[in-house]
Amino acid sequence: MDVIELETILAEEQHHPHYLLQMLRRVQEKENYISPSTMAFFAEKLNLPLTKVQGVVSFYSLLNTTPRDYHILFSDNIIEHLQGKEQLMQLLMSKLGIEQGKVRADQRVCVENTSCIGMSDQGISALVNGLTITNLNEQRISEMVDLIEKKVPLSQWSPAWFKVKNNIQRKDQLLNTNFVAGSVLQYVQTQTTDQIMETLKIAAIRGCGGAGFRLDSKWDFCRKTPANERFVVCNADEGEPGTFKDRVLLQNYADLVFEGMTVCAKVIDAKQGFLYLRGEYRYLLDDLEKTLAKRREQQLLGKAILGDSNFNFDIKIFMGAGAYVCGAETALIESLHGNRGVPRKRPPPFPVNVGYSGKPTVVNNVETFSLAVKALMMGGENFAKLGTEQSHGTKLLSISGDCEKAGIYEFPYGVSVREVLEACGTDFSTVQMVQNSGPAGNSLAPEDFERKFAFEDVNTTGSIMIFNKNRDILEVVQNFANFFVHESCGFCTPCRVGTSIIKNLVTKVRKGRGSNVDLKEMQDLSILIRNAAHCGLGMTATNHISDTLKKFPQLYRARLHNSESLHPTFDLDGALEDARQITHRQDANAHL
Amino acid sequence: MEQTITIDNQTIPFQMGQTIMDASMTAGIYIPHLCHNPEFEPQGSCRICIVKVDGRLMSSCTTKATAGQKIENNTSELQEYRRCLTQMLFVEGNHVCPGCEKSGNCQLQAVAYYTEMLSPRFQHFYPYRDLDASHPDVIIDFNRCILCELCVRASRDVDQKNIFAISGRGIKAHLIINSPTGKLGDTNLNINDKAVQVCPVGAIMKRKQGYINPIGERFYDQAPIDEMGDIAEPHAGAKHHD
Repeated sequence: MDVIELETILAEEQHHPHYLLQMLRRVQEKENYISPSTMAFFAEKLNLPLTKVQGVVSFYSLLNTTPRDYHILFSDNIIEHLQGKEQLMQLLMSKLGIEQGKVRADQRVCVENTSCIGMSDQGISALVNGLTITNLNEQRISEMVDLIEKKVPLSQWSPAWFKVKNNIQRKDQLLNTNFVAGSVLQYVQTQTTDQIMETLKIAAIRGCGGAGFRLDSKWDFCRKTPANERFVVCNADEGEPGTFKDRVLLQNYADLVFEGMTVCAKVIDAKQGFLYLRGEYRYLLDDLEKTLAKRREQQLLGKAILGDSNFNFDIKIFMGAGAYVCGAETALIESLHGNRGVPRKRPPPFPVNVGYSGKPTVVNNVETFSLAVKALMMGGENFAKLGTEQSHGTKLLSISGDCEKAGIYEFPYGVSVREVLEACGTDFSTVQMVQNSGPAGNSLAPEDFERKFAFEDVNTTGSIMIFNKNRDILEVVQNFANFFVHESCGFCTPCRVGTSIIKNLVTKVRKGRGSNVDLKEMQDLSILIRNAAHCGLGMTATNHISDTLKKFPQLYRARLHNSESLHPTFDLDGALEDARQITHRQDANAHL
Repeated sequence: MEQTITIDNQTIPFQMGQTIMDASMTAGIYIPHLCHNPEFEPQGSCRICIVKVDGRLMSSCTTKATAGQKIENNTSELQEYRRCLTQMLFVEGNHVCPGCEKSGNCQLQAVAYYTEMLSPRFQHFYPYRDLDASHPDVIIDFNRCILCELCVRASRDVDQKNIFAISGRGIKAHLIINSPTGKLGDTNLNINDKAVQVCPVGAIMKRKQGYINPIGERFYDQAPIDEMGDIAEPHAGAKHHD
């Protein structure tokens, strides 16, 4: 990329080191890689050590450092895996004559895996040069090979390939909203901040990102922390494998989300907000920018909102670049600073006290902001009518896997696992396991199906993956273990090293080389990693191991080589196979 | 009134703002650690210094002391966790103590002895890592780096040279060097820089000094780490004798 183009990017990103990742992402989008000279350019212009830029580039998996015309990343979630993703990927690579992760000699193309791209309801999917292609099949793969060999630009590929359906299967309180942009802002303008807070307090909305922290408490802590500046951040780094609800909200209900952020800004007195959009959702960016522009035109954003000169707030979309850990609040804030997304030390201080730029910051999930708007539309009491005692309102569930209709289901809290399975057309007697809240969540066995989705029982981030009795649960476990190896940030020892050890142990057991000793090791390590890890990612990275060991012990035992003693990972006799092939020997002396 | 915390039934005082590690060091109670050095901002990444604070595991170097905390430190449960973490560090890199010139002066080795590590326990990763011998006075053997980031912090905060940084993610995280070639010889690193003095293992080493002290007469040959303390700052963190 020439210097003039780089200078333009630098200027458009205000020469600000916080926007380093944004600059790098834009270069990646244009050129499919970031060259050493580009890194040196930004280091010099932003007065940063070169290693800082290199460290950032190497942290985010959607950024490359070597040239290629086409960069294809297959979504490697277990759902796509079970639909034959591996075979399609092999087909593509053999037609292109390449190995996984290696750029072809003519620098034309590279094919790799990436973590779930939020399309589990869209068949097998991939990111091609950062854009989402869904419903891949053999025919599309063949056509894709043709386009790649002819070097046809992506803009000329069939638009049908880039179509992402909403798949909303069940609407309730939130999704049935007939929302007019600005209506809630107009309403809150007639209210005092304390009145708004009172409504939110009665609604008692709990955060949808996993921790379930009360929205009203968060906003209250933030507004009451003395500061000359505060920030609103919407966490749209929806990375939990199997979840895609934020994608649907941003695609169809973006005004609701932005209105929620703007109400928050009024309450906490913030001038600047950020939507941290995961890099995998690049395809949403242009429409979101249009929505923001429209809101500015409508005086719902920018200077003097609704003509009130004391109400100034704008939103910048900040793109992630492939790092699940950035969904963690403090890692997200690090990423917003243009840093590697390494979570901060365990709080205190909390982001509501010390967040973006060291200022009090509210970080809420996409769904949570929408719920705030809904509660203000309905009134706190009405909002709280649905749901359970400790979990008010409804929850969006992203359902995929072995069911009739994958998609988004909105249910009041308190719905049972069985009811959810029935609603998506699954005969629950055929279900072996339901994975709730992604690999970091919990594995539900049939005996759990009467349990209810609510903070007081089965807490859910909304990712629901269904596996029937024909599925190999250890294949699921292996996929999850691989996921954490890929997504560990590498900062602390137990998560960095432990997730790899776990992955190797799972592989060993799957290959029939494990023993009881290995199962005990997996159990012990799960506990250690959970207890000793630096952040939430590490603390939950082995939940799937302990859960499945506990609920499906027979599946593990059936794979053991020798149930009592230690068995080596290394197959000594197997290692002689190459030599036997070369020497054409199969006699007794050629075996151990 | 003086504020206190209790570590393994021993009540010790602390100053406002001190971490549990700070208070322990002042009181002469040894909590094993690798990424911590009292001269630098703590980061809590090696997790060796985990203690149980009112029933919850926390890294003592990053957790502030607050009045009345009941802390478990030298318990068999925690020793087992620390041994396991040490074993993880051993299999992650390529640590060959008998052939390493840092042997006897190495904090990783000393912590392994302290936690009674008798085997690597896990399968070795045997990563391929380079050695950088491009600098006239200092050598880097990446095989032995445990990512404690002490050199990163020393070079940034004391030397103000920013020579070291971490690159990569997860198990691919590794130390990189700030020069156009990525080689140490092309930096302005000086043998007297703080960054050269703080490595707790045999990753960053001064040349021509490896065998000045023979094996048997080295730092941790004199006494175990809980009595000797850190190698970079002898006796920092060591337990006090009554």
